[in-house]
Amino acid sequence: MTNGADDSGVGRRTSRRSFVRRLTVGGGALAAGLAGPARSPAAEPPAPADPTRELGHPVSPYGTRSRFETAVRVQARTPTSVASWTFTPLQDSCGIITPSALHFERHHAGVPDIDPARHRLLIHGLVRRPVVLTLADLERLPAVSRTHMIECSGNGLTEWATPTMPDVQRTHGLTSCSEWTGVLLATLLGEVGVEPAGLWVLAEGGDAAAMTRSLPIDKCLTDVLVAYGQNGEALRPEQGYPLRLVVPGWEGNTHVKWLRRLKVVAAPAQTREETAKYTDLLPDGTARQFTFVMEAKSVITFPSGGHRLPGSGLYELRGLAWSGRGAVRSVEVSTDGGRSWQAAELQAPVLRIAHTRFRLPWRWDGRDALLQSRCTDETGYVQPTLAELVAVRGLRSHYHQNAVQSWRVAPDGRVSNVHA
Amino acid sequence: MSTPRAAVVGAVAATCMALAGPAQAQLPSYGVGRPPTPEEIRAWDIAVGPDGAELPPGEGTAVSGKPVYDAKCAACHGATGREGPQDVLVGGQGSLATAKPLKTIGSYWPYATTVYDYIYRAMPFTQPESLTAAEVYGVTAYLLYLNGIIGERDVIDRRTLPQVKMPNRHGFVPDPRPEKFPR
Repeated sequence: MTNGADDSGVGRRTSRRSFVRRLTVGGGALAAGLAGPARSPAAEPPAPADPTRELGHPVSPYGTRSRFETAVRVQARTPTSVASWTFTPLQDSCGIITPSALHFERHHAGVPDIDPARHRLLIHGLVRRPVVLTLADLERLPAVSRTHMIECSGNGLTEWATPTMPDVQRTHGLTSCSEWTGVLLATLLGEVGVEPAGLWVLAEGGDAAAMTRSLPIDKCLTDVLVAYGQNGEALRPEQGYPLRLVVPGWEGNTHVKWLRRLKVVAAPAQTREETAKYTDLLPDGTARQFTFVMEAKSVITFPSGGHRLPGSGLYELRGLAWSGRGAVRSVEVSTDGGRSWQAAELQAPVLRIAHTRFRLPWRWDGRDALLQSRCTDETGYVQPTLAELVAVRGLRSHYHQNAVQSWRVAPDGRVSNVHA
Repeated sequence: MSTPRAAVVGAVAATCMALAGPAQAQLPSYGVGRPPTPEEIRAWDIAVGPDGAELPPGEGTAVSGKPVYDAKCAACHGATGREGPQDVLVGGQGSLATAKPLKTIGSYWPYATTVYDYIYRAMPFTQPESLTAAEVYGVTAYLLYLNGIIGERDVIDRRTLPQVKMPNRHGFVPDPRPEKFPR
């Protein structure tokens, strides 16, 4: 059960996925596609009855997934699709890496089309040697690769007052996990020489919003990456091609994409994104500002909203946990709405500030069940219940909703999003 | 977290003395990068902080800004900034501690300089960085006027904008997390 053994065998994986698919009720295409060949797109021929008796496709320069795989990002209901966001299909994920093509998106003015040969990074302000760097310059510098999750601080914003979204994709899908490659910002700042008065770094994107955030210099000198690689290749355009910040454990908005400028400054610029947005309004009318860290959080991805269990019996509960403050130490699972808890098994590798897969066998007796998970990170912080969170924050703080998620399994096997 | 900073600064000083890259190379250890020209910095350095030091010459008033707003902003933000359909910009003062808070420039934004910064860099939505400094000063003044913060004929420029007192200037508190939840 650990170490991904059940995800590594091809036959096993296929059967697991088709098993999950049979349980899925949401999505007409999936529901209609349960009977084998009928699942293939109408315009294409069905798969051969016996693939061992026909030659396969030739080699190809850049692979694509099987035409039978249908997991996609879904867009939030926003007035425009260029200032919008899409959710990662966590219910279809396995392991801890999100395919680059399924990494969640948040754009403020669309995805820019950037020629990497013409892209430049300007570092200036309170530095001794302001510099213009090309991508080739950056690739000359010492590189590091780090596996980190990114989570938008708006993840779960619909779920404060009532259980709103039907599935885990839309309740939790504004988080994804990749291996990022690039230069440590500390390396660059060391080279340009930060003046003593330089206490913040203003990061600016090269998109039509020229999105800007201010980051404290200490974080910038610790683990922030100026990244050009994602999962073994260049960043995807919607992930900031050709250059982005990765700010481990901090809210997604700080991971400025299409990075074109870093200005070392004495004080925060008080940009729109760090004042009007991404601040957390409290019941007394004050608002928390610079709430950077994404606190520990977990969610059961199977079974989850929209699934339907075919009957009582033995299942494996699966989910993801993560913390912006470090490694996940433990995940507990309850099947009775939090009255009793069992330790789930964590799948190696358990990496700092990365998605961590957990699993627990569960024998469903066919009666009403309330599934929950809660994680504890390496600092000892325990993921709160929604009631605990609301008692401190009220219902209007919008961002940083990291409460325990509840899924109800009804006697008919249908799984739904509830507040317990 | 202060230790790495001191270490890096020290290492930089040592590196500077020990190495000299090729002519013009700005990163001493690796010999890459070139210094930016003043024109490059001017073209890109559009961020305006609370002290307004980066603000350009020019000025505007609510009177001069209204026609610009009507032509380029009202379609998305409403005739008076209250109607939407995109972000509501006007009103909401006194609503932040209620069950239906309305976060607008007038009720929520702590710095007037942010209004200038954001309009220039990101608005109009389909034509960012297209407005002149005078147009941005004018629209900024008009939105401050609609929110009851300045007068209709008050001149907004690089000197006066940083001095505008926003109603929610002191409405923000630092992050106290991790929270302690009573269990």
